[in-house]
Amino acid sequence: MDDLWYSEYHTPDVRFSIRVSAQLHQEESDYQRISVYESPEFGRILTLDGVLMLTERDEFVYHEMITHVPMAVNPGIRRVLVIGAGDGGVARELAKYPGIESVDVVEIDRRVVEVCREYLPQTACGFDDPRVNLHFADGLKFIRHPKETYDLIIVDSTDPSGPGEVLFTKEFYGGCYGALAENGILVNQHESPFYQEDAAAMRSSHKRILSVFPVSRVYQAHIPTYPSGHWLFGFASRGLHPLRDLQAADWKALRIPTRYYNTNLHRGSFCLPNYVEEALRRDE
Amino acid sequence: MDQSRAPLYDALEAMRNERIVPFDVPGHKRGRGNKPLSEFLGERCLSVDVNSMKPLDNLCHPVSVIKDAEALAADAFGAAHAFFMVGGTTSAVQAMMLSTLKSGDRIILPRNVHQSVINAMVLCGAIPAYVNPETDRKLGIALGMSFASVERAVAAAPDAKAILVNNPTYYGVCSDLRRITELAHSRGLRVLADEAHGTHFYFGRAMPVSAMAAGADMAAVSLHKSGGSLTQSSLLLCGPRVNADYVRQVINLTQTTSASYLLLASLDISRRNLALDGAAIFDKVTRFARYAREEINELGDYYAFSKELVNGDSIFAFDETKLSVNTMDLGLAGIKVYDLLRDKYDIQVEFGDLGNILAYVSVGDKTKHIERLISALSDIRRLYRRERKGLWETEYIGPEVVLSPQAAFYAGKRSTPLEACAGGISGEFVMSYPPGIPILAPGERVTPEIVAYIRYARDKGCTLTGPEAMDVSRLNIVTEVLGNG
Repeated sequence: MDDLWYSEYHTPDVRFSIRVSAQLHQEESDYQRISVYESPEFGRILTLDGVLMLTERDEFVYHEMITHVPMAVNPGIRRVLVIGAGDGGVARELAKYPGIESVDVVEIDRRVVEVCREYLPQTACGFDDPRVNLHFADGLKFIRHPKETYDLIIVDSTDPSGPGEVLFTKEFYGGCYGALAENGILVNQHESPFYQEDAAAMRSSHKRILSVFPVSRVYQAHIPTYPSGHWLFGFASRGLHPLRDLQAADWKALRIPTRYYNTNLHRGSFCLPNYVEEALRRDE
Repeated sequence: MDQSRAPLYDALEAMRNERIVPFDVPGHKRGRGNKPLSEFLGERCLSVDVNSMKPLDNLCHPVSVIKDAEALAADAFGAAHAFFMVGGTTSAVQAMMLSTLKSGDRIILPRNVHQSVINAMVLCGAIPAYVNPETDRKLGIALGMSFASVERAVAAAPDAKAILVNNPTYYGVCSDLRRITELAHSRGLRVLADEAHGTHFYFGRAMPVSAMAAGADMAAVSLHKSGGSLTQSSLLLCGPRVNADYVRQVINLTQTTSASYLLLASLDISRRNLALDGAAIFDKVTRFARYAREEINELGDYYAFSKELVNGDSIFAFDETKLSVNTMDLGLAGIKVYDLLRDKYDIQVEFGDLGNILAYVSVGDKTKHIERLISALSDIRRLYRRERKGLWETEYIGPEVVLSPQAAFYAGKRSTPLEACAGGISGEFVMSYPPGIPILAPGERVTPEIVAYIRYARDKGCTLTGPEAMDVSRLNIVTEVLGNG
């Protein structure tokens, strides 16, 4: 086999590589470069502007943790807004809940959805649920309009350096606050605490959410193909607390099949290493 | 002319490739002698930061590539002659005034002129005859000059040598420049246009008329604003009735003999870019501004104003690329919204005055940044909106000109506590931001209303500039006029 490797620079001095057997797709969309690779170890891989978004092998960790944590705090969630997530993974997890009435997915780049439908049915199957409505729009623009509409907003964005930049701003979080109903929850991917640049994004995101929401906590997961493998999520709400309001028995009764998430891990995921706590507390 | 040429840029590229050994200034020698600066600005940048030399011509006495580049600029702007300026548009305004007016000459001008115009009068000794710009009371902004007020001013100052027109104002308001020019020329007046905010009028489609197209005699054009050249680079345009060689002599009175080739090259490159792609560029800017206005006006309480203001007279035309947003109905001063955008949302807008903010939209913007501005305004409304009360409304105070600005500036003066200044003649300039209109120019009578206004503006947190006493607790009052005032 040819010696082909996909590489991503996690910092200018750290390179992460996966052997690939083929490049299945590459294009420049209006917003970014979209690529799909086939790899022996991680299955199919989606990258945007060269940054790894998901692999078939470990995407379950990310998608379960960004979805089931808020759902277990409020299993009565009915209306959900998902920003980003053009791969369909979040929609797939949400579709496991019979009580959810509608899922609005707002993805800026139509081509990401089309490419995922073709090459990544493992996640794109999420779009097949009839409750899922796809909107190809700018998330920041979309969020200006709904008022007290959603029980849950999930922000599945790229890094703040790409088209996802606007999804890390105070004006975006303010829009989310206005779009959430009284018990609403906002969950976002919160970058990594380990490498300097990711950690700076984590801190600025946390600081901005804190300035908007009364409750703002951070939880973690182990995602092998993301920089440092240690990834964070933000849990913010207009009142509900991620631990004190956890409805473990109700959630278990739903018998949602998961490979990573469980309610014990839910509690543990909010226990952060000291250096992460300290970095976050600097802005509190 | 072939506008795809850029002779000055080409000459600099050729010079860079020739690898000349420099035994001339600047001493950093293509950046090698100043590593920290070279690392900060980049080697490519410093390699063209050079002095005037044979193949690069000389701005003070252009005979080759600068002459050619200026000729191309004149052609692109429809002018008889164009001068590249490196001292900002302030230097272009000065040159325009100093080459048209001598000591004691009168000039008709609106009160909402840029301070460079008043400073130029200190230099040349001209005497101002101000036209009261009409004010839109709802928006709290000064407008253009109505044609009738210009007619009155011309009749009242039959000996005036020139009239100066803002084309447009900071907010994008244009006076009827064609008609004013016809009137002025029929009475033997020169027409000078401050086009600091009007570069795009020369290239965009469906724009207000440019000074050269309206037949004005001279125009100071900030190519570095909407035109995209480097900060501090500018153009002075002359019409066919102007003696350009005399203008060059006037420019050389105050212009550096070491003009920056970075600035000059940026003028050459930007002119080419505008001549070739200007129409498309400003179509895009207009689209951005229109979209932002529609979205902002849907948020509620904000009023992003535009062409609907046009009244055929004091607002003869409106520049749609200017995104001005009135914030009065939000219960917030424009300057407050300016601060919130900057401090809470990391968005820097051009300015905030009492009732408005101005966001400068250009070809460098991206859709996502336009969306950020709109959403930040939406979020500010969500969080900070309050009852509209106690917002300051400005009153225009017509100046009483007693001495020429020059006579007052150079007069014997006594530093006087502000409270005791009423009745005296100001020896200095007082400007308040906001609203950005001079309160006093040298040579004007200080009245009790003006003293009250200054104190009020100071209490409201306006930035007051001009006087020697930087906190404006005292003013220099004229005691003795030297020479003939």
